[in-house]
Amino acid sequence: MTRIGRRRAEVWFRRLSWSRIGEAVIENLIRLCGISAVLFVFGIFLFVFREGAGFLFDGLDIEKFLFTTEWYPTSRSNVRYGVGALIVGTFSVTVLAMAIAVPFGLGAAIFVSEFCGKKLREALKIVIELLAAIPSVVWGFIGLSVMNPLIQKVFNVPIGLNVFNGAILLALMSVPIMVSIGEDALKAVPDAYREAALALGATRWQIVYRVLLPAGKNGLLAAVLLGVGRAVGETMAVLMATGHAVNIPRTIFDPVRTLTATIAAELGEAPVGSDHYQVLFIIGILLFSITFAVNLTADLVVKGIRKKQ
Amino acid sequence: MFVTTPFVRQKERRELFAKIFFGLMAAAMVLPLVLILTHLVYQAWPLLSWEFLSTNPTNGMRRGGIWSAILGTIYLVGLSLFVSAPIGVFAAVYLNEYARDNWLTRIINLAVVNLAGVPSIVHALFGLGAFVLFAGIGRSILAASLTLAIMTLPVIIASTKEALGAVPRSFREACWNLGATRWQTIRRIVLPNSISGILTGVILQVSRTAGETAPVMFTGAVFFKKIEEGELFAYAITDQCMALSMHLYTVTTQVTNTPEALPYAIAVVLLATVLLVNAVSISIRVYIRSRKKW
Repeated sequence: MTRIGRRRAEVWFRRLSWSRIGEAVIENLIRLCGISAVLFVFGIFLFVFREGAGFLFDGLDIEKFLFTTEWYPTSRSNVRYGVGALIVGTFSVTVLAMAIAVPFGLGAAIFVSEFCGKKLREALKIVIELLAAIPSVVWGFIGLSVMNPLIQKVFNVPIGLNVFNGAILLALMSVPIMVSIGEDALKAVPDAYREAALALGATRWQIVYRVLLPAGKNGLLAAVLLGVGRAVGETMAVLMATGHAVNIPRTIFDPVRTLTATIAAELGEAPVGSDHYQVLFIIGILLFSITFAVNLTADLVVKGIRKKQ
Repeated sequence: MFVTTPFVRQKERRELFAKIFFGLMAAAMVLPLVLILTHLVYQAWPLLSWEFLSTNPTNGMRRGGIWSAILGTIYLVGLSLFVSAPIGVFAAVYLNEYARDNWLTRIINLAVVNLAGVPSIVHALFGLGAFVLFAGIGRSILAASLTLAIMTLPVIIASTKEALGAVPRSFREACWNLGATRWQTIRRIVLPNSISGILTGVILQVSRTAGETAPVMFTGAVFFKKIEEGELFAYAITDQCMALSMHLYTVTTQVTNTPEALPYAIAVVLLATVLLVNAVSISIRVYIRSRKKW
């Protein structure tokens, strides 16, 4: 070691104290925690994949898996794993839920951001927060014990546990996230736009659908996508309220079963490592991929807006 | 003076119509909340008592209270936050204080967003595959809490980041100018000034964790477990436990001949816990905002 090198090392050692080491340790710990989110996302994919991989690559006919509707995982003579009906089930409940939630959610977002005073806005935001806090199992219970008889009576149908029931619950569950994200999107529309429209003599009604909706459409789209993500991944409410029948629905009053509900209902009974058990994990991978894609799109849409501003 | 011409009147009418139209849409959101709450409380009323909260279920869930489920939920929530709060807060500190705008930061942010969007049942699969089977913890409070911890992590990161971001940059600069290191600045200035915001975010997670059912169903919660009544340390973390949310699910769907008010009472207890925690967190936030100095 040269002399200068040694001097440097001495100075470095003199400065080295416990607080310095402590700080280095803490900084690295913080960095590790920061990276942990990435590790967890990979971990989730990895472990869910790991449990299902064996059957996915050896034994499962992927085309049959995705496109046939016969789900008989415990049949003695002829086991069939077709999740077509489950995908249609998830899809139908989600679409109907969005058909209900999008107008109401965006309408409420418009009301909160454009039409009401400060006090009312704060109050409404608190209500939205409380609505978002209701656990999904409580929604499921409401679907089972309140909505079920109500739907039977009002629409005069034999079963109240069906697509419609699940969709209303999902709509109520995804409205809060739509309102809060939608409101952010509307807030991001510059006031100059509103003022310009007002100066031209537009009514507020005209401002809403001629100015705000076009200007905030990306943010509103992100709000809807996040609602979709939530609805697709929702488990307990649809498990309890959609009737749990593997079935391609013809009307909105037919019972269905969703991907999430299938995992929740059957995982407890499938022996660890069996084909059935592995198929449930493969459904998990499918769900993970769907929500990943939806959330990624929503995130890109939101980022796109931020860049523009 | 303005004159109200028919045109102005028509315009005002349209304005009013728009306001009422969107107001009704907002009301359509408030109304179900109120109706549902009153209906549930009304149905549950005959069963709600101190005894219901403090005794174990008996007769195959049909009689008795829900003590063991309440205690189980407390264990799950406490342990999961004990794990996720420090990691989440540190991760947010990293993102807000250390991270530069580079690809790693972008990937982390993307991961946080996606972690928040992972369906709860996929978390359950992960918990089963990783903690219960791979790590060999077995179905236990520990495995279920770890699963819940990962689930709550992104939300804690998001709320903490917001709280940290609200601390003005000038505070940090002043501290750096005095010769403080990064970590000293964070410990002495940034965290004390944002601790209330961070805590509100964490408290809010209590309510979310308490209501989760799917992730605990396969990782540690059981249908029935008898424990000592009134004993706070009745569960060990390697035990399986009952949970309020799961109890509601099983009582509604798998137990027959229950008294009619029973599931309602469980739902009300669960809802009351969740909404109470939320109300506390909201009022703390309002209080902080009202006395913010900068």
